[in-house]
Amino acid sequence: MRDRRETILVVLTAVSVVLILAALYLALVGAPDANLRSETGRYAQRIIYFHIPTAWVGFLAFFVTFVGGLGFLRTQKRSWDIVALSSAEIGTVFMFGVLVSGSIWAKPAWNTWWVWDERLTISLIQFLVYVGYLMLRSTVEDPSRRARFAAVYGVVAFISVPINFIAIRVWRSSHPLMFGSEEGGLAPSMMFAFFFCLIAFTVWYAALMWHRVRLERLRDDVEALKQKLLG
Amino acid sequence: MAYLRKVAAIVWKDIVAELRTKEMFSTMFVFAVLVIVIFNFAFDLRISGERVRQVAPGALWVAFAFAGILGLNRAFVAEKDRGCLEGLLLAPMDHTAIYFGKMLSTILFMLVVEILMLPVFTIFFGVNLFDLRLLLIVLMGTVGFAGVGTILSAMTAQTRAREVLLPILLLPVAAPVLIAAVKATAGILDGLSMGEMVLWLQLLVAFDLIFPAVAFMTFDYVVKE
Amino acid sequence: MHEQATAPSGAAERSAPPAIEVRRLVKSFGHQVALRGVDLAVPEGEFLTLFGPNGAGKTTLMRIVASLTRPSGGTVLLRGQDLGKAAVALRRHIGLISHNPLLYGDLTAEENLRFFARLYDLADGAARIDAVLEQVGLAVRRRDPVRTYSRGMVQRLAIARAILHDPEIMLLDEPYTGLDLQAADMLGSVLADLVMARRTVILTTHNLEQGLELCSRAAVLNRGKIAWQGPRAGLDLGAMKAIYRQATAGA
Repeated sequence: MRDRRETILVVLTAVSVVLILAALYLALVGAPDANLRSETGRYAQRIIYFHIPTAWVGFLAFFVTFVGGLGFLRTQKRSWDIVALSSAEIGTVFMFGVLVSGSIWAKPAWNTWWVWDERLTISLIQFLVYVGYLMLRSTVEDPSRRARFAAVYGVVAFISVPINFIAIRVWRSSHPLMFGSEEGGLAPSMMFAFFFCLIAFTVWYAALMWHRVRLERLRDDVEALKQKLLG
Repeated sequence: MAYLRKVAAIVWKDIVAELRTKEMFSTMFVFAVLVIVIFNFAFDLRISGERVRQVAPGALWVAFAFAGILGLNRAFVAEKDRGCLEGLLLAPMDHTAIYFGKMLSTILFMLVVEILMLPVFTIFFGVNLFDLRLLLIVLMGTVGFAGVGTILSAMTAQTRAREVLLPILLLPVAAPVLIAAVKATAGILDGLSMGEMVLWLQLLVAFDLIFPAVAFMTFDYVVKE
Repeated sequence: MHEQATAPSGAAERSAPPAIEVRRLVKSFGHQVALRGVDLAVPEGEFLTLFGPNGAGKTTLMRIVASLTRPSGGTVLLRGQDLGKAAVALRRHIGLISHNPLLYGDLTAEENLRFFARLYDLADGAARIDAVLEQVGLAVRRRDPVRTYSRGMVQRLAIARAILHDPEIMLLDEPYTGLDLQAADMLGSVLADLVMARRTVILTTHNLEQGLELCSRAAVLNRGKIAWQGPRAGLDLGAMKAIYRQATAGA
């Protein structure tokens, strides 16, 4: 049983690596150029293949944290908490990636490192929520209390994110939208690359989750052994 | 109903305790004034006159938010410090009564500070804030802020980091309230009718209803081991 | 493991459910197990003193019975009802005296008691407040804020708070710790009153002598399990000491 899970993990990791490499190729080389005037603009546009899938994973990860939190509150079982924690850690990194890639895109496109457009704003807020979540966990020593508090915060924050998005949307709709051309959507020829990247990143997230959950379980086992020996 | 009587008892207890020392209240008030003064001063260095009034709604709500955080912190830290939270947990009542009691007393303290702030604000920012509709916005914003803040404060008061952690957790989550409150306040100052601001009002009402409901369902997990 | 000397219960007691019943209670904090399966039955009117070294799990057990802490496993029944399900209603019958006085320093003694009277829905609140203040000898200082009280007075007021709603089940977790002589005497007389009123009491303490004084039954908790329990009758201090040493000598 243990062997089979290890095998799946190895396969999953390998598959995700392959997918990511393929996605890289597609994004940087394979996909057709965007219909933009400047050359740097064209290069910068390619970041959409990272930026949006990363954002997708960033938000998906928080949904998983939310579900993990609910599961823990209902069952009081550590495994739900492990899932919530792992997803939060991975989500933080991805969300940071969104902010960075958004920044890299913004500079050549609008000559500014940051824009308060609705999507970046909500990503920043989500990132801050993640940071808060991890900080909350680090300040509670008792594992059961830590899991409970984190779960409650996960629920509260998860419900606030859509409301946040609505608020920001309404707020931003009173301002001229920053990027009109990209709103028009991608050309059909780009769609394949885009969806491929979306799937690749999701698989990569799954692989990372598996690794992280496994790591945390091992940590728990070590702790339990320590207690047995010393207790 | 017995439940409401107990909620009222908690509110009454908080009021009496605060009236004795006036500690929290004075801290909140002084802090809010300081925020207003500093904002006004800092902005005035670069922009002046009419344009300073543009930033007035934002400054107002930042002041309220920080004063609110002070109030929220004290609401639970004091209970936790003296171990009094257990006294509340031992009582034959649903633990959510603690949540509602604390939330109401926090709202009350915040409202008193906010109403006293308005004249100060008028003096510094030169905007006329004596408008009933504004008071309604202030009320709705305060309810939303305290609604989320109370349950988060109950949590953070029990952690190692305590006071420091609350703003980190609260501000991203309470962002919609602040956005809506600032926009609505600005709308009133700009002379918009309530109808034109209906979106913001809806957002405030939604927040004011959803979060206490969520807190009601999860509060037990925060206070019971 | 030592012989469990179980108390013969009278026929009358057998018909009513025990005031407190704990079955296979387990509590762990993360990987640390505080209670490893505690079984205890305390009939109505019994005064049980629970002895045990530090870290044995006494406070944890008390907190679980008081409904402050959720058990990790097992059940707690108070007067036959599951504490997990009927906690809100059952708390009316529970009183707890522990390390924390649970009093608000900025409020007066009277205001503190009035607050708790409201939380416990006492119909005759004012009368009860007068009565307990008299009993603990703080009637003269009733209008003074608690933060002006001396330590001993705070403890006496804490006792007053605990008996205000006249609970049928009284839990005292090392109540003698740090009490001055006056407060200790006060506590002793309150406990004697409880015994007379046939209240059910669990007392935890390190002090073997004080613990044995009023109890009708004694038990020793060690490393999260009941290592010994038996009736008070026939036990003197020396015997108890010997039992305690044996019960707590290693695992």
